[in-house]
Amino acid sequence: MLNYVLKRLLGLIPTLLIVAVLVFLFVHLLPGDPARLAAGPEADEATVQLVRQDLGLDKPMHEQFVTYFSNALRGEFGKSLRTKRPVSEEISVRFLPTLYLTLASMGWSVLFGMGIGIVSAVWRNRWPDRLGMTLAVSGISFPAFALGMLFMQVFSVQLGWLPSIGADSWKHYILPSLTLGAAVAAVMARFTRASFVEIMQEDFVRTARAKGVSEPVVVLKHCLRNAMIPVVTMMGLQFGFLLGGSIVVEVVFNWPGMGRLLVDAVDMRDYPIIQTEVLLFSLEFILINLVVDILYAVINPTIHYK
Amino acid sequence: MTTEPAVNVPNTSSPARDTAELPAQRVTQVSNLTVSFATSERTVVAVNNLSFHVDRGETLAIVGESGSGKSVTSLSLMRLVEHGGGKITQGSLMLRRNSGQILDLAKADGHTLRGIRGADIAMIFQEPMTSLNPVFTIGDQISESIRLHQGKDRTAALAEALRMLELVRIPEARQVLQRHPHQLSGGMRQRAMIAMALACRPALLIADEPTTALDVTIQAQILQLIRTLQEEMHMGVMFITHDMGVVAEVADRVLVMYRGEKVEEGETGAIFHAPQHRYTQALLSAVPKLGTMQGHDYPAKFPLLQMDSDTRGQALEPQKTVKEEAGPVLRVKDLITRFPVRSGLFGKVTKQVHAVEKVSFDLYPGETLALVGESGCGKSTTGRSLLRLVETQSGTIEFAGQRIDTLAGPALQRLRRDIQFIFQDPFASLDPRVTVGFSIMEPLLVHKMATGKEAQERVDWLLEKVGLPPEFAQRYPHEFSGGQRQRIAIARALASNPKVVIADESVSALDVSIQAQIVNLLLDLQKEFGLAFLFISHDMAVVERVSHRVAVMYLGQIVEIGPRRAIFENPQHPYTKKLMDAVPVADPNRRNRHRPLLSDEIPSPVRALGDEPLLAPLQEVGPGHFVARHAVSGAF
Repeated sequence: MLNYVLKRLLGLIPTLLIVAVLVFLFVHLLPGDPARLAAGPEADEATVQLVRQDLGLDKPMHEQFVTYFSNALRGEFGKSLRTKRPVSEEISVRFLPTLYLTLASMGWSVLFGMGIGIVSAVWRNRWPDRLGMTLAVSGISFPAFALGMLFMQVFSVQLGWLPSIGADSWKHYILPSLTLGAAVAAVMARFTRASFVEIMQEDFVRTARAKGVSEPVVVLKHCLRNAMIPVVTMMGLQFGFLLGGSIVVEVVFNWPGMGRLLVDAVDMRDYPIIQTEVLLFSLEFILINLVVDILYAVINPTIHYK
Repeated sequence: MTTEPAVNVPNTSSPARDTAELPAQRVTQVSNLTVSFATSERTVVAVNNLSFHVDRGETLAIVGESGSGKSVTSLSLMRLVEHGGGKITQGSLMLRRNSGQILDLAKADGHTLRGIRGADIAMIFQEPMTSLNPVFTIGDQISESIRLHQGKDRTAALAEALRMLELVRIPEARQVLQRHPHQLSGGMRQRAMIAMALACRPALLIADEPTTALDVTIQAQILQLIRTLQEEMHMGVMFITHDMGVVAEVADRVLVMYRGEKVEEGETGAIFHAPQHRYTQALLSAVPKLGTMQGHDYPAKFPLLQMDSDTRGQALEPQKTVKEEAGPVLRVKDLITRFPVRSGLFGKVTKQVHAVEKVSFDLYPGETLALVGESGCGKSTTGRSLLRLVETQSGTIEFAGQRIDTLAGPALQRLRRDIQFIFQDPFASLDPRVTVGFSIMEPLLVHKMATGKEAQERVDWLLEKVGLPPEFAQRYPHEFSGGQRQRIAIARALASNPKVVIADESVSALDVSIQAQIVNLLLDLQKEFGLAFLFISHDMAVVERVSHRVAVMYLGQIVEIGPRRAIFENPQHPYTKKLMDAVPVADPNRRNRHRPLLSDEIPSPVRALGDEPLLAPLQEVGPGHFVARHAVSGAF
């Protein structure tokens, strides 16, 4: 197992290198001039030129790349072009709110998704199944920003139960994380249902019933852990979706997280921020998937990672 | 689940009335049982008006082919049939519980039923591979039913589970308790299943094809184990099987089912020696019996008895098809196939699976060479190595005088035209999305042998050859039965006019009567086209009927090879003898009730790198009959 984790961590290096190169190229191909944006609309050409020199953007692309890369290796990600504060500082205050938001969404979607999936599978082709699957299809087809605004309208404006924007208390987490998790919950529900339906026809389920095990125990003990095996893999992949979705949701709920920072950074062509954030997103995605794979081995004893 | 209340809830019915209902020795009495399955289109009656009984200490075998309703009967008795969509529409299922209470299972409520399942009636299933939950340890799974029915705590239940594992003669029971199912062999898993079923000392054990998926030597052990435990616990056993050999071995009484109905019931001896019903007679005529070919040199067709006609099948008519003068069509010399087992950080090869070890044989046109042995002996790998479906390490393979083990690209493609495969599972080996006509035609198109109308005509001709009407070409695989699918698979194999056909367990998944028909078809085709068959099988009785020569494989090596008659009538190698001895004979007079209770396993062919197995050279003991003289013959 330790070997496997080491191998996977070594495998991180090439992935991150490729992501770094792609992001660098992509960011510099974006139209728009950060120096002009930083200097302000009234600045004259000389000022813009000064700003450009100051930011190091006057050097040829490959030189910029080498600088960016050697700095990144030393853990230096430069300063934000906009606020002049170090990128690491800028991101560190934003990192946790986003992580908590995605984890909370993951929690919701696992809870609801698996719940609906199990109920649908147990009462297959009966009304709980129809209801559950209708919900799931709605969850997939309703866009997150629209759902977020709907939630805000109903629960914050009309009912006044929950705060609409900010991230100060646990109450602030409810609406954004529900919004973000809805689509993932829907996917999980469909996936869990499919997996469960298959497992419930397995021979060992019949064995359990033949032992005199009661139906709830058959479902929750004998089926659940087996049905979880494909669902857990799915969870890891869906995490990427949550990271992406957080950008939209954070803008809707004015969440002080990385998503909004990224949107602002793209607006201002704040290269260091964009590059570092995208790298961080992919690192997070890979690490979460590693955790998922380890979890997979825990619930599935037939897997042995080498 | 029905919502009707239980007729007999504990303490409400007087014991005097209870005992009056069933004779003292009776465990279960089923009367007029009818079970139907309702689908959206129609209602299928799976079991119709079936009555039988089982006494304490007695074994009732229920035999029949797939779809005869025998498994539905057993699931009805457990009242698990509802989970599969079935419904008991009529009849009573009286059971005497361990407590002496008698009740009708057909009317019992869910709670009472859960108390009965696993405690008063227990069941073992066919597939030990899938019948155990893969994510829990063996100990957890056995102790679950003990905790459920005896109210013991975890420690006490585990201690009882350990005792049960020792009772079913599992070596190193304490370690097995901690293992997960995938870490055990098939035979060990079935033992664990038996331990689980018997943990609460049920009055009735239902064994649904418990040995069908196991190797013969393991099967013999499991049958003996069930019998011993039955004597010890004095329980009634309902033994469901399609294997008449197993029936003859274990049953006191036999109930024959056909299309959901009982056609015959009686003492085992009477059923085997004087079957009354036509179906029973037809079934018995199709059963391959070890020893029926004694005194014959050549293969012969099964003298099949038809259900609906009075014509007795032709008597044994030996088929002499081998053309030795033409020289071998296939010549294999010192073939070695090993699979690396990797481990460690850099995936270094540390062990090897010695699947095929220096295997040599010749195959002549029109000849059937049988490769026999138990799982893991390398017989299937040998077949695959010939077609280069797996990479071999060394050795030479000659086809029609030409080396083929070095071929690549188009030449290899051409070779695959001349050597064809028929696989075991007729359900998995046909693409469900294309018509069977296309499946048969595909080899013709791939090898550019025919196109368009010509190919279509050949497909029709092939279907006719395998005994199916040409219009079946337009249908899809799911519309056919297992036997028909296997005929289609044979037609596909023959499409490219092969010289050699490798039949890998091609008849083992079929019902006996279908199996006999397919064997007869193979023999007919061999006679007509002079095909050479490499017949890979674990079933000694079928092998006896179809083959000219036999090679016995053990741990990747051929330990004995020779003419079929010599091998079967005068086996030399200890392993061959053991294999023959383990085959259940479909004759109750020849049953061997008191064998020693063994629990040894088939050894593993995995060896550390550099640890070469000892290969004993083959020595000739008779004309064409070779045997490996292993120094340590006692090990077999």
